[in-house]
Amino acid sequence: MAHSTTAGSIEEQYNYDIVKKFAIMALFWGIAGMTAGTYIASELAWPFLNFDIAQITFGRLRPLHTSGVIFGFGGNALFATSYYIVQRTCQTRLWGTGLANFTFWGWNLAITIAGIGYLMGVTQGREYAEPEWYVDLLIAVTWVIYFLIYTMTLLKRNQPHIYVANWFFMSFILAVALLHIFNNLAVPVSFFGIKSYSLFSGAQDAMTQWWYGHNAVGFFLTAAFLGMMYYFVPKQAGRPVYSYRLSIIHFWALSFMYMWVGTHHLHWTAIPDWTSTLAATFSIMLLMPSWGGMINGIMTLSGAWDKLRSDPIMMFLITSLSFYGMSTFEGPMMSLKSVNALSHYTDWTVGHVHSGALGWVAMVTFGSLYHMMPRLWNTTIYSLKLIYVHFFLATIGILLYITALWVSGIGQGLMLRAFDEYGNLAYSFIETVVFMHGPLVARAVAGMFFVSGILVMTYNIWMTVAKRETASDVATAAAKA
Amino acid sequence: MSLFKHESIETNAALLIVLTLAAISVGGLIEIVPLHFIEGTVEDVKTADGKDAVRPYTPLEQLGRDIYTREGCYLCHSQMIRPFRDEALRYGHYSLAAESQYDHPFQWGSKRTGPDLARVGGKYSSAWHVKHLTAPRSVVPESIMPNYPWLAKNDLDYSDLEAKMKTLKKVGVPYSLTDIEYKANVEKFGEEVAKKLDINKAEKNLMAQAKLGNYDGNPDKLSEMDALVAYLQVLGTMIDFSAHDEAEFVKFR
Repeated sequence: MAHSTTAGSIEEQYNYDIVKKFAIMALFWGIAGMTAGTYIASELAWPFLNFDIAQITFGRLRPLHTSGVIFGFGGNALFATSYYIVQRTCQTRLWGTGLANFTFWGWNLAITIAGIGYLMGVTQGREYAEPEWYVDLLIAVTWVIYFLIYTMTLLKRNQPHIYVANWFFMSFILAVALLHIFNNLAVPVSFFGIKSYSLFSGAQDAMTQWWYGHNAVGFFLTAAFLGMMYYFVPKQAGRPVYSYRLSIIHFWALSFMYMWVGTHHLHWTAIPDWTSTLAATFSIMLLMPSWGGMINGIMTLSGAWDKLRSDPIMMFLITSLSFYGMSTFEGPMMSLKSVNALSHYTDWTVGHVHSGALGWVAMVTFGSLYHMMPRLWNTTIYSLKLIYVHFFLATIGILLYITALWVSGIGQGLMLRAFDEYGNLAYSFIETVVFMHGPLVARAVAGMFFVSGILVMTYNIWMTVAKRETASDVATAAAKA
Repeated sequence: MSLFKHESIETNAALLIVLTLAAISVGGLIEIVPLHFIEGTVEDVKTADGKDAVRPYTPLEQLGRDIYTREGCYLCHSQMIRPFRDEALRYGHYSLAAESQYDHPFQWGSKRTGPDLARVGGKYSSAWHVKHLTAPRSVVPESIMPNYPWLAKNDLDYSDLEAKMKTLKKVGVPYSLTDIEYKANVEKFGEEVAKKLDINKAEKNLMAQAKLGNYDGNPDKLSEMDALVAYLQVLGTMIDFSAHDEAEFVKFR
């Protein structure tokens, strides 16, 4: 994996252009999606912010937030880093330059069309799979080409071994293809129309949707980001991966087990109990491969712990693994039927998702981009101090966010099931809404912290690239990736 | 030490792809596919005269449902009551799979920023719904729901009504086109319901229901509000639980 070359040949040896494009779009969608998130969080705290404008009501903006951060920010970051990693670890140029550009335009066009559609009320009404059928087709084509590019690049590798990061990316590519196709089976009302109806209905539709929904978490937001982790943590630490054996075990266990657990989103609903029990069982077992990954990542730093004091990029990466460990503990706990009875339908779930999405996904992405982007432009970061600033803004934001929604979610859950001394319901629903106001305000403020963080990052990256463009002496900034 | 070395997978992209595909396919195959075949995943609930209790939505209700998904109501309201004492007191009998069998897509939801709506039908008057949807805080001062003033102002677009019903028919909703299908519906749901499911009379039925129901309180206008309130008013009302023994449903879980 360790490999150095002169600055001049790197542009020819590797396709960095495509990586740069995706990385920049990751920042763009990050700002857009997180701003939308903070806005809808504010709508819940102060409902006048809906302003009686259909396009910006909570119900229409929320998919823009989720698609923007998951597929826009996360997706572009994954394309960028996977294309970077597969080239570096296979020591070969990315296969299919034109097709790689197609994946860039196809992916970003899909999110843009979908996003504009949401504001106009165009949606399939499936959580995290809101894009209508024509966008789904564009995504499917883009994804098949992505698979082709990845496979062909692996096949022409100049290394006998396929590095562990690529296993995770491959697992992610295959799983997302499977999930996307089956969950979006629908029949359009007309060929030129926008509306479609899902092929399945009711209970079977719910099962398919949450098989998709949870594995979007499992493969899009976990396996793929573990791929990112397996390259950038050892790189930034300057140490080899802690345990090769652990990486094998937790890769196969994670790939196998995740697909079973989606039904824990449907505990106590109108589906057969056995599916629910099976999902809970696998959710508990999933703790082990999840923590296997966390341990493997964090322990990679052994022998270089001092970097946690001196290297803000390492702080991002290790903090992300800590949040990964925390939310993969919280998740199995919430998948227990008795806990789920309280947590389901409340903000606790939303908080849990964000401890994973902000704490793990976004933090590991920030760390990886801070490592990768200066190297892409063959330079060094503009300001280390601003990385520290970003780190603390983001971390304070996440902690405030999770804590606020623990209060809101657990509080609402307890209130809704409380009885008075005569056996009547102790609280009406609207009383729980009143109770949640405080935490929801805190959550919106937490979002503002997090958005400020990515704005600081974007400024820092902007200045890094600008500095590179104006620098007269290129030779001093040779890449050592 | 062992016959198998993981190295053989790490050095062979095709093998890596095939084995990974195998590993990720098992869970879904075992948990989801059987639900399409196991009898009783969806309960068979009959009325006193032996007809299906749960029917597909009328044209007006279905268009209302389309507005429900369009506005993203499912992001704050569930339609799935769980079998708990507090939910029984607050919302009513727990939801059956049968009740959403014609829901394309399902709208069970995952979050209750507002209350569950699975049995909101008949709970409030249509006039209350109109007021509440137009300006929620005029009836519930502490509500954090957005105002939806455009629902009463927008004319209901029913231009593709027949195409929509034909599409739903393709995915399995028993709307009728031919005489044979109509008669099958009379057999299944009774004549009164079967008439409402006839695609050939869709527009007429839509007008008639809107006129009779006058859901938006404005008899001169066929608005989106008419459709949405018609949908809300039918939610959870199709099964008469007082006519069923509790044990009848428990066995399906």
